Amino acid sequence: MLELRNVKSYYGNIQALKGIDIRVSEGEIITLIGANGAGKSTTLMSVCGVVPPRSGEILFMGEPIHGMSPNQIVSLGISQVPEGRRIFPYLTVMENLDMGAFLRNDRVSIREDIDYIFELFPILAERRNQAGGTLSGGEQQMLAISRALMARPRLLLMDEPSLGLAPLVVKRIFEIIRKINEENNTTIFLVEQNANQALKVAHRGYVMETGRVTMSDTADNLLTNEGIRKAYLGM
Amino acid sequence: MFSIEEVKKSFLVSIWFMFLTFPIMVIRVNTIYKIVEWRWERMFYIGIGTFVISFIWRYLMRRKEMGVKKKEVGEDALPLAQRLLQNRRVSYPAIALVAVLALIYPFVFSLYQANIMITALIYVVIALGLNIVVGLAGLLDLGYVAFYAVGAYAYALLNYHFGLSFWVVLPIGAAIGALFGIILGFPVLRLRGDYLAIVTLGFGEIIRLILENWNEFSFGPSGIANIPRPSFFGIDLSLAETTRFVYFIMIGLTIFTIFVVNRLENSRIGRAWIALREDEVACQAMGIDKTKTKLTAFALGATWAGMGGVVFAAQTTFINPASFTIWESVIILCCVVLGGMGSIIGVILGALVIKLLPEYLREFSQYRMLLFGAILVIMMVFRPGGIITSVRRTYQFKGKSNRHA
Repeated sequence: MLELRNVKSYYGNIQALKGIDIRVSEGEIITLIGANGAGKSTTLMSVCGVVPPRSGEILFMGEPIHGMSPNQIVSLGISQVPEGRRIFPYLTVMENLDMGAFLRNDRVSIREDIDYIFELFPILAERRNQAGGTLSGGEQQMLAISRALMARPRLLLMDEPSLGLAPLVVKRIFEIIRKINEENNTTIFLVEQNANQALKVAHRGYVMETGRVTMSDTADNLLTNEGIRKAYLGM
Repeated sequence: MFSIEEVKKSFLVSIWFMFLTFPIMVIRVNTIYKIVEWRWERMFYIGIGTFVISFIWRYLMRRKEMGVKKKEVGEDALPLAQRLLQNRRVSYPAIALVAVLALIYPFVFSLYQANIMITALIYVVIALGLNIVVGLAGLLDLGYVAFYAVGAYAYALLNYHFGLSFWVVLPIGAAIGALFGIILGFPVLRLRGDYLAIVTLGFGEIIRLILENWNEFSFGPSGIANIPRPSFFGIDLSLAETTRFVYFIMIGLTIFTIFVVNRLENSRIGRAWIALREDEVACQAMGIDKTKTKLTAFALGATWAGMGGVVFAAQTTFINPASFTIWESVIILCCVVLGGMGSIIGVILGALVIKLLPEYLREFSQYRMLLFGAILVIMMVFRPGGIITSVRRTYQFKGKSNRHA
């Protein structure tokens, strides 16, 4: 579904991605783990066009999408839960969700999706007319996920959904990620620091180090891999 | 409140002010008799005055802080103005009263008053336009007067060369304004905040300098005179009648502007502007086209300035570049900020206050700008959100999911 071929991205003169290859198949949960500054977020930013790659190819459903503008990429069915949630603090929960459906005009199906999201996160239904900034961290993360789902993505990119959340909330978020994947067959590309949780929920995983993919395997194999356990799981 | 501590603070303030104002208030060099006059009694007055003022000031500041606390406790934290506006019993008669006043105004008051009101209404319209750019999209535009100039010169020049009438040029002026909004918007798309303000300020000045120096095109600093007033179905009107006519054109245009801006604010593009102001990266992740959204804000904002400019040229019958200095941009921005960014009623009030107050403060002659400045400073301290803080009407979702409520 999504394929990155030898992608190289730069911030000014600094090379953040030194040629990475990643494949994501339809219906999968793929996780990308690695230390700080390994290039995980940059990979996501390159896919969604905010930091366009300087060389290499990104294919979505077999079509090249590198070089497209972010809004074109979203319209193809790739939506993103940005790092640090980045909800709109002065818009209400409903308006935040409406912004997620910005490129859609079919009112009926938007309504259905909102109903679905309120079933997924009943707390958001309660808070629907509250400004986004007044929600707690966990609720904001739920809102950010919901907002991304409002675009009816075929591929959902998530950047550290567990960032700064209490362990219990983190668990709930990962349950939801699995649920979204199972119920809608939405492909999920998950970037995480919390390698343990991420690998438990994912089907396959990639490990990144300083701009390169150093390892890729099924999630179960990575979880039992001695090197990974030492480096990322703290065991 | 009269603790020793407070008295000490005020005392120090008064000492400091006596020291500061000493050279200008106390010493006077009399050049005729070549002596220095020492006016010590003035120092005494300043001491007493600042002592009292500092007391009042600190009392008000304290009250303001306590007020905030009260609001946090209260459930409905809507300010008084909004509560009044939302109450139909109050708002409908108020609207009716304003409508009646607006209708009889030019017949009750003198021509001079009507002219002042026309100018104020032009400012209401262009301030509402700037409100789109600054208040909603959050793009600080300091060169907004350029679009106003574009509108005014569009009418003056199209009329001079081609004899086009006011009614033909009004939409053309709006379109040219929008076009310039896009042209000037393109290069500044990547800029934000202070940088954007500086570049737009530069653009405003460039337009003015072009008008001032390109004699063949715009007749330079001498401007363009004898611009015809709006015609009323081809009938010639007396000066008084024309003024009233222009007044009603402005009333109509103002209502139209309020209607359109209100619709825009509550539309998806309006929410996209607000979202863009809050978080550009998140907007991109939502698939909002940053370029298009920003350019529509610039274009739609400039449209109103273009129309305001056309009416301005028709009202004054004479324009020259001196009417479109950076100072005008600042005044328009003041209307928006003072009134309350993003709030339509606030911006209208702000524009009326800013244009009418200096007129009615004329009795204080040279002190009027000083007073005006003091009012602005006090406003910003006690009501930093503007006269009427914006409370947006929020998007209510009506669907079967109401069962969750």
